[in-house]
Amino acid sequence: MTTAAPPLERAVPAPVAARRHKTSAGRVGAHVFLLIAVILWITPIAWAIYTSLRPYNETSKYGYLSWPRHLTFHNFSTAWTQANMLHYFWNSFMITVPAVILALGFASCVAFVVSRLNFWFNIPLLIIFTAGNLLPQQVIITPLYRIYLTVHVPHLLSSNGLLYDSYAGLVVINTAFQVGFCVFVLSNYMKTIPHEIGEAALIDGAPVWTRFWKLTLPLCRPALAALATLLTTWIYNDFFWAIALISTGNKRPITSALANLQGQYFVNQNLLAAGALITAIPTLLVYVILQRQFIAGLSLGSSKG
Amino acid sequence: MVSANPAVAPSPVVRKRRRRGVRTLSTRDKVVLSLMVGIPLLGVLFFIWFPAVATVLLSFTKWNGIGGLSTIKADGVQNYVQAATNYPPFWPAVRHNVLWLVVFLVIATPLGMLFAVVLDRNIRGSRVYQSLLFLPVMLSLALIGIIWELIYSPNFGLLNNVIGHSGQHNLIDWLGNPNLNLWAVLVEACWRQAPYVMVLYLAGLKAVDPSLREAALVDGAGPWQTFWRVVFPTLRPINIVILVITVIESLRAFDLVYITNGGNNGLELLSVLITRNIVGQVSRIGFGSALGVVLLVISLVPIVTFLVMQLRQEKRS
Repeated sequence: MTTAAPPLERAVPAPVAARRHKTSAGRVGAHVFLLIAVILWITPIAWAIYTSLRPYNETSKYGYLSWPRHLTFHNFSTAWTQANMLHYFWNSFMITVPAVILALGFASCVAFVVSRLNFWFNIPLLIIFTAGNLLPQQVIITPLYRIYLTVHVPHLLSSNGLLYDSYAGLVVINTAFQVGFCVFVLSNYMKTIPHEIGEAALIDGAPVWTRFWKLTLPLCRPALAALATLLTTWIYNDFFWAIALISTGNKRPITSALANLQGQYFVNQNLLAAGALITAIPTLLVYVILQRQFIAGLSLGSSKG
Repeated sequence: MVSANPAVAPSPVVRKRRRRGVRTLSTRDKVVLSLMVGIPLLGVLFFIWFPAVATVLLSFTKWNGIGGLSTIKADGVQNYVQAATNYPPFWPAVRHNVLWLVVFLVIATPLGMLFAVVLDRNIRGSRVYQSLLFLPVMLSLALIGIIWELIYSPNFGLLNNVIGHSGQHNLIDWLGNPNLNLWAVLVEACWRQAPYVMVLYLAGLKAVDPSLREAALVDGAGPWQTFWRVVFPTLRPINIVILVITVIESLRAFDLVYITNGGNNGLELLSVLITRNIVGQVSRIGFGSALGVVLLVISLVPIVTFLVMQLRQEKRS
């Protein structure tokens, strides 16, 4: 393989000089490529921000593709109050927070058993959980929809007494659907913790719960933080479950409420842009503050398997 | 109802035979362990696996959802026959799903890998480039659909205004024209998918042993050869993960077309047809399930691939 010279490179006598020359040319090429890509990738977002900051009467007079005369946050406040967005944010909050906590709690329990104890059923268990997360949601939606119309829950959890059309229902399905991914990531993570830690505690006669809660979980903090970031974003961004399982527009979380708000309250491009960007605020906060956690979560889910 | 799934018996598992270290468990420990596994397991079996099996069973029946379970009638493969022969949106939806998958495989995924490989060269500012490219992955698909409406809108959109097609006589209706809109939406989908792949691939590239590259360089291999002959083969596991994600994401596609026009007029997808047949006025449970089974069968290919790979790694370690 060593003799096969790269055909596209120009022949330069001194190999070291050739390499240096090549890298600097390569570097310039890489910068040009990335700059073009970034400009293309940022344009839609930048355009949305620009549109949202311009008064409607200005854009209707001069067109959207024109230099700005005034820039104002007026569209944001109008979108916020007209569409009663606080209410939908509250819905999102009531669904996302319990679902993230439950999914992480359940998943760490299962992951602990699967990775720290030696049972014959560990592998089948791992398969049940992991594969469940890979199914397209629409494969299960038909029976799930009927189940949601059938299962009765206490009125404390749902005002109509059903899982259908309730916060509780969305919490349940988001938890059940995401728990598989978390089991997968956490069990891989827990496997990297030295076994001696658990065994020392075993000799001390510590009960299983102590080994789990006091010894294993604290060591998993980085993975839990990364997963919490990832899940919060995913569940907040969920669209399908809420469209299929919530019929009352008022109960929908903000992401799926966009489908209705779009034509109803966001009557022009400027308001639409402002309203849409408001819904991005929580994820943008995650992006700015917790980007590293988010990426760590994604790579944890893929690098080990 | 969980027992409808005979493959997995949920509760007695903990009581069975165990290996090393488990003999020392007290009764209390056993109860704690059963609860730790049992509750999540029941939840996943009931809300994910039971519906998955039920989809298959219901696809061979006729049921409008009104009345109890006793009104379900066996119907053979009629639902499938009807879908294939007497349901106009079916074949367009299949075609669109396939096209979605092909575009992801041929454009979005390689582009994301290219981003990752270029960023991995550690040029100055590569963190900034990475962060900016990554932004769309954070946004919900519904929001992405709306942001792009501002680009594609016939009169007010950026695109038509820039290329001079915003006048009444020469409007291009990117999202309304059934010959164009799928491609327009696919651009949106790739806009998000490519950086997603990029991040996953970067993590894989960072884990490659640097001495491998140095060895290749010393042997006189160019960057092109080093990547394809040395780095790429060691990335086999992550390549498979990315392939699985690509296939599954393209089968799940729903949000973008739904927010754009409800999945009509050139934007039909299997996922939309399923939803339409069970939610809303007309409820055709059996028929919707049959469409779900079509999706299930296709998605089993990547799922099984992934699991086989996992099990192999599990055995090796």
